[in-house]
Parts: sequence; structure tokens; C-alpha cells
Amino acid sequence: MPTLAELTLRFALLSLVAFGGGNATLPEMHRIVVEQNHWLTDATFTELFAIAQAAPGPNILVVSLIGLQLAGIPGFLAVTVAFCVPPAVLMYGFYRWWQTHADAAWRTHIQAVIGPLAAGLVLAGGGLIAVTATTASGSWTTLAVTAATIPLVLRLPWNPLWWIALGAALGLLGVI
Amino acid sequence: MTPGRAPTAVSLGELFRGFCLIGLSGFGGVMPWARRYIVERYHWLEPEEFAALLGLGQVMPGPNVMNLSVCVGQKFQGWRGAIVAPLGMMLFPMVIVLMLGLAYLRFGDQPVVHAVLRGIIAVGAGLIIATGLKMLYVYKRRPLALAIALAIVIAVGVLRLSLLPVVAVVLTFGIALEFAARRR
Repeated sequence: MPTLAELTLRFALLSLVAFGGGNATLPEMHRIVVEQNHWLTDATFTELFAIAQAAPGPNILVVSLIGLQLAGIPGFLAVTVAFCVPPAVLMYGFYRWWQTHADAAWRTHIQAVIGPLAAGLVLAGGGLIAVTATTASGSWTTLAVTAATIPLVLRLPWNPLWWIALGAALGLLGVI
Repeated sequence: MTPGRAPTAVSLGELFRGFCLIGLSGFGGVMPWARRYIVERYHWLEPEEFAALLGLGQVMPGPNVMNLSVCVGQKFQGWRGAIVAPLGMMLFPMVIVLMLGLAYLRFGDQPVVHAVLRGIIAVGAGLIIATGLKMLYVYKRRPLALAIALAIVIAVGVLRLSLLPVVAVVLTFGIALEFAARRR
């Protein structure tokens, strides 16, 4: 298991490229935590993702849960702080500078690159969860349910909470 | 306070309370609630300024809502506000997720827990992919933007390359190409 210092350093670094929030870093977290170091299994990793999805609040909660699983409550706190503070400090520094360049052309250029970059990371994060859960369970039903959810979510303007509740019900009834 | 007009002063206590409520309301996504409270209920920001700060939050790393809370806190109370607002927003969600996480450590081996989580994983992955597609939809007529997203999905999702160098390379080349394309 990793030391607190190692966890803090890894997640602080990761937070600096977390364009698109916590879910955007799922592939990298999986690479570090499951593939490289075998600190967690595929099954636990995807279940922590599910718990974070079911809780209220910003989508970085999955990061905190990984910290809790790896190093208890100190890990929970260390990872949360490591993941929140660097972006917050950056934001604080950039705020005024950004305000004073409200009409600058480079602002649009940067937005036009970071927007799709973040979208790509989020897509990779969702895909990683679907594929990992499918291989961990050995059943294609998981992938089928994920695939069926996507067009429904895009069509129906439900609160995400109802989709999570639906997923929980499908699991409880043994459909998945 | 006159409705519809942004106040000139918001105290640290008001920031903390307001963002606590936003964080607590955020079942299934914080952003709609952030807008409801910050723009419509408290009139801390005009809709245009809210949209502008959201745009800034999106180009910076970290969760958008947290970046937004830092900006709003900073606007009204400087560095103190930039600490108090995100703390308020994170407080209750953190306590709730800690409880859930501890319960999972204790009862995670129960078959019923696995069953429920299995369903949430499948649907949750679909939710995240749908979110990514919505984020990408605004760029549907921009080949360079679509190429960037595709490159990221392949490099990070399929080839499983390390995230930091991938982001550094894509940012550098993407911004260079964007500048070159717009200059013509």
C-alpha cells in the first residue's frame, strides 16, 4: 500500500491535469491504482465509482473514496486536499488576470482546445468504467445497459439521480 | 436587496451558508443548483457573469463547480472568500461520502451491496459518456476540436498512455494549430 506522502504527491500532480473534473481522471487513476501498483482490484475501483455517483456533490468524490480505501480516514483527507488545493490555488491566481483580458482572442483559442480535451477525457473515463466492469464481471449485460443508457440520457431531461436509482433497482432485481 | 441586481457586498458567513446549501442540494450534479442559488436566489452574480466564470472554470483543471466557488468567494471576500466558499460547498458532500465509504468498508462484502453497485456502475458509466458527448456537442462543426477529443480518447482510453504527457502534448499542439487556423 502507498504511503500518505506518495498518495498526496500523485493526486496533487493528477489534479493539475484534471480538465473536466474528477471523472476525467478515472483512466489515469485506474492506471496508477489498479494496473501499475495493484492497490485495488477492478471490482473495487468500479464500485467506488458507483458510490461516488450515488452521493451528492462535485464529481471529485470518487478520488476521496479511493484515498479512504487505500489509507483510511487520513488517506481520505490527504487525497481530497491534494486534489482540491492545487486547482483552487491556480484558479485564484488566474481569476484577475483572466478578467483583465475579457476580449482577448487567445481566450477563445484556449477554450476551443480545452473544451474538447475535457470532453475526450470524460468520454475515456466513462468508457474505462464500462469496459473494466464488463471484464471484471465477465458478463456483457453491463456493457449493454451502459450502451442503452447513453441515448436515453441524451433524450430525457431527468435529474441524474433518477438514472442512478434506476441502475440500483436493475442491480437489486438481478437484471444486471 | 433589490431583486435582479447583484449586491456589492456578501459576507464570509453568507458565502459559507450559500455554498453549503449548493453542495447539499447537489444530488445528481451541482451545477444547476449553483446557478439557481447564485444567480436566481441570492443575486450574487448577473447571468452573464455567471456564464463567464463558468467558462473560466472549464478551462482550468479541477471540477468546474469548485473553480466557480473559488471565483465567487474571491470576488466578494478576497482570499478568505476563496477558501470559505469551496469549503462550504465540499463540507456536507464530504461527510456523506465518508459515511458511504466507511459503510462500504464494513458491509462491502454483502451480495446485495454488490448487486446494487453493479447496476449503478452500468448506468453511471452511461451517464458519464452522455456527459462527455454533451460537452463535445457544442464543437460538432469544428473538425480540429473533434480531432482533439478523438486523440484523447485513443491515447488515454485505448492506448492507456500516461495522462500528464498526453495533456501537455495535446494542449501545445492544439493551441498552436488553433492559432494558426484562426490567423488565416
